[in-house]
Amino acid sequence: MSDNTNNDVSYVRTEFLEPSEPPMAVGGPVKWIKDNLFSSWFNSILTVIALYFIIRIAVGVYPWFANSVWGTDGLAACREILDGATGACFSILQERWNQMLFGFYPSEEYWRPIVGLILLAVAAAPVLFWTLPRQLLYFTGIYPFLAYWLVYGGSIWFPILLLVALCLSYLAYARFVKSSFVGAIAVFIIAFSVLMLNPLGGLLSLVSFVATQLSQLLGGGDVTVDLIIGDRRLSDLMPLFGYLQGWLDGSFLGLALPEVTTRDVGGFMLNMILGTICVSLSIPLGIVLALGRQSNLPVIKGFCVIFIEFIRGVPLITLLFVANVMLAYFFPAESNPDLILRVIIMITMFSAAYIAEVIRGGLAALPRGQYEAGDSLGLDYPQSMRLIILPQALKISIPGIVNVAVGLFKDTTLVSVISMFDLVGIIRGPILGSTQWTGIYWEVFGFAALLFFVVCYGISQYSQWLERQLATDHR
Amino acid sequence: MSTTTDPGTEGGFRLSQLIYDTRYRSTTFQVIAVAVLAYCLYQLYGNARQNFADADLNISWLFLWEPAGYDINQRPIEYNSQSTHLRASIVGAINTIIVAVLACISATVIGVFAGVARLSNNWIVSKMMSAYVEAFRNVPVLIWILIIFLAMSNAFPQPRAFRGETPDAEMLWGMFAFTNRGVYVPSFVNDGAMATIFWLVILASIVGVFAYRRYAKKLLYDTGRLLPTGWPSLAILIVPGLLAYFILGQPVGLENPELKGFNFQGGVHLRLSLIALWFALAIYTGAFIAENVRAGIQAISKGQTEAAASLGLRPGRIMNLVVLPQALRVIIPPLISQYLNITKNSSLAIAVGYMDITGTLGGITLNQTGRAIECVLLLMLFYLCVSLLISFFMNIYNNAMKLKER
Amino acid sequence: MKKSVILGALTVAGMAAGTAGAATLDDVKARGVLNCGVTTGVPGFAEPDADGVWQGFDVAVCRAVAAAVLNDPTAVEFVPTTGKTRFTALAAGEIDMLARNTTWTFSRDVDLKFEFTGVNYYDGQGFMVPADLGVASAADLDGATVCIQTGTTTELNLADFFRANGISYEPVPIETGSEAVQLFLAGSCDVYTTDRSALAAQRANFPTPDDYVVLPEVVSKEPLGPLVRHGDHEWGDVVRWTLNALITAEELGVTSANIEELSGGTNNPEINRLLGSEGTLGEMLGLDAEWAKRAIMAGGNYGEVFDGNIGEATNIGLARGLNAQWTDGGLLYSPPFR
Repeated sequence: MSDNTNNDVSYVRTEFLEPSEPPMAVGGPVKWIKDNLFSSWFNSILTVIALYFIIRIAVGVYPWFANSVWGTDGLAACREILDGATGACFSILQERWNQMLFGFYPSEEYWRPIVGLILLAVAAAPVLFWTLPRQLLYFTGIYPFLAYWLVYGGSIWFPILLLVALCLSYLAYARFVKSSFVGAIAVFIIAFSVLMLNPLGGLLSLVSFVATQLSQLLGGGDVTVDLIIGDRRLSDLMPLFGYLQGWLDGSFLGLALPEVTTRDVGGFMLNMILGTICVSLSIPLGIVLALGRQSNLPVIKGFCVIFIEFIRGVPLITLLFVANVMLAYFFPAESNPDLILRVIIMITMFSAAYIAEVIRGGLAALPRGQYEAGDSLGLDYPQSMRLIILPQALKISIPGIVNVAVGLFKDTTLVSVISMFDLVGIIRGPILGSTQWTGIYWEVFGFAALLFFVVCYGISQYSQWLERQLATDHR
Repeated sequence: MSTTTDPGTEGGFRLSQLIYDTRYRSTTFQVIAVAVLAYCLYQLYGNARQNFADADLNISWLFLWEPAGYDINQRPIEYNSQSTHLRASIVGAINTIIVAVLACISATVIGVFAGVARLSNNWIVSKMMSAYVEAFRNVPVLIWILIIFLAMSNAFPQPRAFRGETPDAEMLWGMFAFTNRGVYVPSFVNDGAMATIFWLVILASIVGVFAYRRYAKKLLYDTGRLLPTGWPSLAILIVPGLLAYFILGQPVGLENPELKGFNFQGGVHLRLSLIALWFALAIYTGAFIAENVRAGIQAISKGQTEAAASLGLRPGRIMNLVVLPQALRVIIPPLISQYLNITKNSSLAIAVGYMDITGTLGGITLNQTGRAIECVLLLMLFYLCVSLLISFFMNIYNNAMKLKER
Repeated sequence: MKKSVILGALTVAGMAAGTAGAATLDDVKARGVLNCGVTTGVPGFAEPDADGVWQGFDVAVCRAVAAAVLNDPTAVEFVPTTGKTRFTALAAGEIDMLARNTTWTFSRDVDLKFEFTGVNYYDGQGFMVPADLGVASAADLDGATVCIQTGTTTELNLADFFRANGISYEPVPIETGSEAVQLFLAGSCDVYTTDRSALAAQRANFPTPDDYVVLPEVVSKEPLGPLVRHGDHEWGDVVRWTLNALITAEELGVTSANIEELSGGTNNPEINRLLGSEGTLGEMLGLDAEWAKRAIMAGGNYGEVFDGNIGEATNIGLARGLNAQWTDGGLLYSPPFR
């Protein structure tokens, strides 16, 4: 065969032809267009209609961006520059971006929420991606206290002492949890309330109340019960850490950032704060409610069912009305909590009810055998829940929880209805109300929509990624 | 099962049994729970009583029977400023239901269309629908409501623009007027008893269509004979109505809106606030429904389609007879919960001044009477009742549709 | 163990328990900050500026009270309230006083259990229309679309007015003043109605103020004033007499410019009693002798506050009118300091 090559056989090719391009009709962009856009007459019509709409929108929107005006100090000046042409007046973003992001937060302190936001990413990372080193979770645990101090300022000792009290209580809990879960919880609560609250005062007021009722029933007068040592009421010495904080603040260790009142914390920052706090608080509450609803103790189950169905049956706005106009009556006049605290309570209850339903779905999806396996290993209820049921049920529920979280984050805009200056509130109030910007709306609401879109789309993409990660385990 | 391991009571009852003995433990916990709950409720009640006593206030429902004193623009039932607060609340409740029903219907249409189109093999259409779904799902509905409201009030012409020899704006076909105060559409004018008969005929023909379709189905299942359903349905729907219209002497006419004084008069006025709320809710919820529809259709395994195709069914019939009935079972429950969401989100009416129950009872009535607790409680009660009603019907429907497993 | 469970849980709930009903004056002094309810933003009356500092006519009243009680006109936490939330906020103790364009009416005073401590602005509801509408009187408004800011007595006055005149209208209720103005400017309503002071304030800020006219009719009496909770008379007296001190100061010619000089003592005994160089008026209120001096120094006397925030020199441009001193033919008439 080899000598064939030496022969001068000119009709035998020695090298391959370059493969030629497929004909235009069956390959390349033409085929793609034909397959994807004009595969049938119906599809062709759809494509034409869709193109028409896209072009209409592009033609309408393009000059708005292309002619946009920056750097003027009012809408009138923008209109003067545009001189009748279509164009956006982005000067308002330039002038008011800080209010839209931070509300009335003092501008020299902007670094604090910014640092808080960056640290939030660090704190959230180990929760969101579990390939990261687990040690980061310690930072996640510290973060809420750090963030509170950064955003609202004040003495650093309050968040630190709160953290210490929680840690000490947790240590006490960990000491007892092996023998009895319920007992350990009780130890935790006692330890925490001794450190941070005034258990003696509460107890005495209860005893005093019962004694008063009894003595009135028996025809006696009012009764006061109190423990007095020397000339001091024992209950006045509580809470222990309150005293400690007073001493630390007074000492050379007193470290404080300028305090920012809660009303000055606004704009998109307020939406982020409300969203993060309420979601984190409502997950544990939601787990408790879901377990309660599955419980076979009729009283507890009944309470959870009523709570969940009630909350899910009313709009969030009515709950905010409750926070705003009703809740104040149910607290003692002096200890009336801040509006933002009341709002956090109501939004947390709201989202906990929804999360509870998601988790209930996860619990119901577990095969009966898992519960029975726990029983057959001799685990009691708390153990089998913590070690067997919940880890699996929560895993199934994660996408649902993320959906609730996104919905909740969007719903934080409703606080604008009760005169809080969140992003929407600050647009509807001070910005639209300011005289030089009367008549502007697309620019500011578009900016607001964009902010929300970026965050929510990011979270939902994460949720889809997570679903894919989790799905591989089952196949 | 664990009761068998419990010790007997021969040692007498010990206090520790309350927590370690499963026979008593559940009772113990429940008693504790009730005690804690009762104590918390008592504290709240006590605080409220104290605060009310301090402020010299009381709880009273009598305000509901006092004249409201304010006017409501959209009045589905008779109402004027001398009517009671109760009646104002009822007007608001009806307005809530109006916008909720309108939004539910349009959201379903939009959602089904977008959901199906998103699965289309037309690249540009499916991408467009993805963009729509993502854009609306990820932005708060309150922002959409405000944008639509403000955009319409600035973009549409004033009623004044329709006036004059060469008006700046014209009515569409002389029947529809799009103004920045809302849209005016023609209304029906009924002419006495004949009109009633005409509407009865229309109603009867709608019932007739359903009856005919049922009959055709029954015939198909019993004998295998296939009756056409498309054009006969159309005929049953239209022909009797047309006949009745002319035989009865054209008893029903259209009244077109006309510009008189400051505003258009006559016809039906769909107010700006209604439209903004309706559109925003429909488009926003439509995006969610589109996702539900897509998930529902994708949940039906490809094998079903292929099996149907191998039986020789045409694509349209595969969709109607095989895929949709199964997909509906997946779609309906989330769809109902979207309807619930629409009803609850309609309370955002307060942002654009639509006079729903949040605007009347929870808005002006609350402002004017200062009876915050009473108004908010009534408001929650209303929404709770509506939600429970919808859930109730959803459960009935779900049970009827549930796959009957044997 | 079980016993402890109960106690632990109870104490958490017991945290909410406490004593209620201390006197507001003591509370404010102890807190060091006055919680004052204002609007969410009405130009000239109460509005946060670009730095978030509240400015305006109502705000000045809060600052004067803070100066009198706390010796610091900036020791005020301004709580923005809507028409819906203001009364609850006050009744529930969230705010100490409300200075928010609130009309003094019988039912608010008697039924809602509030105490109006005087009138800082005599107002009346009016109508504004575009000039080219060619409307000269509110009686010509049959069939018009009317924008109203909700949460005030405005809706009721409007309903009464149109009912009394037997003409119809289409109400468009709007939650915030800024949105109502937007709709009015866009032509979504023919008429914008609210208190005439607010009409003037907002008209002044329109791009083309001359294209809009305020109709001559005044359809209601709107005495606007600060209010406090019923029953706490000491606190009510502090707010009432702080306001009266501002009014009296103008009547007696005491201004922030000459107050230092006058407080040294004058021949007019009433000025001396007002500024504390004579008598014990401050002590009777539970304050020190110079309370009124500080209140006046916070923003000037009534006339100075008026001129600085809403007067003719500002872009709000309101004339004194009914709000002139009684000696100038107005309604301001403070009871004597004696």
